[in-house]
Amino acid sequence: MLASSRIDPKRRNNLDHRKRQFAQPQWQQQKYEYGLNFYVLPPTAEITLEEFEEWAIARLKVLSELESCTFRNRTPEETTNYMTPILQKHMPLNPSRSSTAQDERKTDHYSHFILRLAFSATEDLRRRFSRLETMLFRLRYKEEDARERKNFVDSLGATMGMSWEKVSEDEVQELGADLRAATGYAKKGEDEGWFKVDWEKVPELVESRKVLLKRGKAYVPVREQQSLVVAEFGRRLDAALELTARALPRLDEDDRLSPILAHLSQSFTAPEATYDADSSPSGLAPTHQNIDALSQHFPLCMQHLHRTLRQNSHLKHYGRLQYTLFLKGIGLSLEECIMFWRRSFKLMTDEKFTKEYKYNVRHAYGDVGGDANRRGRGYTPYSCQKLLTEALPGPGMTHGCPYRTFTVDNLVAMLQQTGVSDRETLKGVREDVARQRYHIACNRVFEYAHKSEIKEVKNKGVWGEAELDTILHPNTYFKRSFLLKHLGEEGYSGETNER
Amino acid sequence: MPHSTSPELSLQEDSILPDAPARPLEDGLDNTSEEESSAGTQTMDDSITDPASKANANLEDMFEDDDEDDDFSSSAPQASSEAASQDTIKPAPNTSSSDPEVMKAFYQRLFPFRYLFQWLNHSPSPTNDFGHREFAFTLRNDAYLRYQSFPTADLLRKQCIQLNPSRFEIGPVYSTNPRERKALRRATAFRPISKELVFDIDMTDYDEIRTCCTGANICSRCWTFITMAIKVIDAALRDDFGFRHILWVYSGRRGAHAWVCDRRARDMDDAKRRAVAGYLELLKGGDKSGKRVNAKRPLHPHLERSLNLLRDHFQADILCKQDPWASPEKAARLLELLPDKELNKSLQKKWDSAPLRPSSQKWADIDALAATGASGSLDTKALRDAKQDIVLEYTYPRLDAEVSKKLNHLLKSPFCVHPATGRVCVPIDTRRVEEFDPLGVPTATELLAQIDEWARTHDDGGEGEEEKKKVQDWEKTSLKPYVEFFRTFVGGLLKDEKGAVKRERQESESMEF
Repeated sequence: MLASSRIDPKRRNNLDHRKRQFAQPQWQQQKYEYGLNFYVLPPTAEITLEEFEEWAIARLKVLSELESCTFRNRTPEETTNYMTPILQKHMPLNPSRSSTAQDERKTDHYSHFILRLAFSATEDLRRRFSRLETMLFRLRYKEEDARERKNFVDSLGATMGMSWEKVSEDEVQELGADLRAATGYAKKGEDEGWFKVDWEKVPELVESRKVLLKRGKAYVPVREQQSLVVAEFGRRLDAALELTARALPRLDEDDRLSPILAHLSQSFTAPEATYDADSSPSGLAPTHQNIDALSQHFPLCMQHLHRTLRQNSHLKHYGRLQYTLFLKGIGLSLEECIMFWRRSFKLMTDEKFTKEYKYNVRHAYGDVGGDANRRGRGYTPYSCQKLLTEALPGPGMTHGCPYRTFTVDNLVAMLQQTGVSDRETLKGVREDVARQRYHIACNRVFEYAHKSEIKEVKNKGVWGEAELDTILHPNTYFKRSFLLKHLGEEGYSGETNER
Repeated sequence: MPHSTSPELSLQEDSILPDAPARPLEDGLDNTSEEESSAGTQTMDDSITDPASKANANLEDMFEDDDEDDDFSSSAPQASSEAASQDTIKPAPNTSSSDPEVMKAFYQRLFPFRYLFQWLNHSPSPTNDFGHREFAFTLRNDAYLRYQSFPTADLLRKQCIQLNPSRFEIGPVYSTNPRERKALRRATAFRPISKELVFDIDMTDYDEIRTCCTGANICSRCWTFITMAIKVIDAALRDDFGFRHILWVYSGRRGAHAWVCDRRARDMDDAKRRAVAGYLELLKGGDKSGKRVNAKRPLHPHLERSLNLLRDHFQADILCKQDPWASPEKAARLLELLPDKELNKSLQKKWDSAPLRPSSQKWADIDALAATGASGSLDTKALRDAKQDIVLEYTYPRLDAEVSKKLNHLLKSPFCVHPATGRVCVPIDTRRVEEFDPLGVPTATELLAQIDEWARTHDDGGEGEEEKKKVQDWEKTSLKPYVEFFRTFVGGLLKDEKGAVKRERQESESMEF
């Protein structure tokens, strides 16, 4: 009985929803008052197929560049500097008084919705799209003229019921020093004042302890309003993408759009550096016995894991995972890999090893675990991006990128142990690390260690630009190092194209 | 076995529950036979396809699980003689875990399934909160059965008795029944939707700073680390996040778990869980990361409060009892964390002449030497901040943050028995957290002996037989205060839930009319 009374209103709602959706189509031209857009209403005017594709590709270009900024660990300032010309070229948004403003805003609006269609199909794409669109929105929000931004935010309050409770003077008095200790002092020329919201609305400010929390409420300084607006943008976009995904099957009937959309979403999957496990140097036959010898070609992250393993005859979980995948990437077979770990954990009984560790190795290789159809070949080896963006290792853990996780002094000591003693190089590394360009530091070390060989291949012209591009994957590091040290040797001629 | 169960007894236990709300399982009991048989076949299925069901686990999860396994099997279980020295006939505590009969009897007679059900169900009559909840069993042969679910407390209990797992874990509530996940057409229709916000504090993370024990061993001195952690986290969760229903549970060996059960906490997505974990996390970086606390000044009120909570502990428990910088090598670590080079030099000199000076004196030396002007360029504020950071580095909670960040992470259920120690994972009363003694927590074997003991002392022949039957087995043992505490906790949670549901109903009604 209870159940039936619960279902009824749901059904009624559904009906209402459909009615609402199809009742009054608004086929009028929209006017864009603000440069910023929450993309609430879908566009309704007609555009040509060429425009459809062209606009979408331009936006896609911008989003990919944005993604590569996170990938290269650029700071917000660097990202802004890098992105400004790109945005100006592909998707300019001029202030309201400009004559092109309306057209630009229309393009922005339409291209957003086209990509929304293209990227709502799978959970992965949705998440990625939402993350990048939110980044784009944040970037534009910051760059927007202060007055226009204020007008836009006010309009949000008026049209979408988005407003935030201001903290009263009395309460500010009462909270006193706590409030300022948590949120810092306002800079000159900034308004001082706070909003009071449920803490769930500003998770990233909570995570970095930039707000005061009291009984579930977060006190957000006015200058962080950006976070509130951006969080709301992301939240609404996520919800809208879910809805789009559900409506997507109906779109299949349109055979003009589907191929374009499919093509768009495919080209979106390119930027992350992937590594093809098959492309380990041909002729190289790694076994559990020669890993020690090969380890001279490993990047610092893997050397660190290898040394720790030899020292302690053990590695913690994430270190094992990272190292196993790397070894898989250099072409170590599953059997050899299991043998490698078995021998390395020499203080452990066979029984314990089999019970607690073997499964994970097999799992990483895709030998067990997961749905047989989806399992594939297990995990792919971690890229630098992955290593640089994951959480820092806790006590006793050794995974991650040492350029990021070590203090500079420990890092330099470690580099010296591995034979990098050149003062200039070390100085460069210190600078890179201070500017958080960890992968640049790693590449610098690589170039130092292979100085003469790189010169040789450049002079002979055997390796092209692409083959000496910045290294973004530990396995690329290994492969390139290995090939450079075996130049001209029979059997190691493996093509070096990276994908 | 002295404590083997007679079937009537266990039946009785089910029917007599004076404080259970209005016989919630009536419906379930009527068709028990049918449900039981279906549950039985299900079990067979799942145990046969064990690798497959394990395989269905989220890849990451599989990996995360294994470090926890590490800690169950490493080294011999410590004998806990002083706590377990009642004069009853029983096997030594360290064999209790390997005795399946003990575990079976424990599930049959002592495990508080009814309250566990109410806790997870949030309502007296069975709901999806319980029915779609994932349970995962670790069997005696170390097979791991995931995606088990049960409509009622009784069926969970039957399964436990039948499979006799060495422990079981609790996962999230899913959008559909976990047992039916393979029948779904779309994989996305099966996703986790809610779970308590959980925390895991484990002594291994303190290994580099504790001097009394290592590995799986603990003593009352290093348990203080956990006590400090509980105080700090509990205060933040209550005062800052406004959570009210926080259950702390002893993990059975050398750590503690927290279950934040407020509806608001259960509904959080991964981003919010990550936010809470990030808010509470202070120590960053691995062994080579140098100084690992670099708190911003002025200190965030949460850190200020934590520092105030921890300061006394630092004096009494760290400096005096742990004595972390006793040897010259260890004192080097202290110097590494101090900012002023000149001051460090004079400290080094002083300690070279008296290498075994205790930590409390070395700590005092810092201020003493600073006051004498040992360094010309001393920045007193930087020194004060560094000293605060050091206090935090040695006392602030070290969370296994990954556990908290994921909605679909499983955590061992309260009242399970730790396989290595035999101790029951009992709740910890935060109002008396200082008094909690992990070495005094009863083991399953002891508890079963206590039931027999109770029967012996109450064996006065005939009189009051009826009365006696009403006494449940757990009430006859030292588990009683823990179960009662849990019952009160669950009662408080249910009361709040009821209020919330009522409010919701009123709201939706007022919207409709």
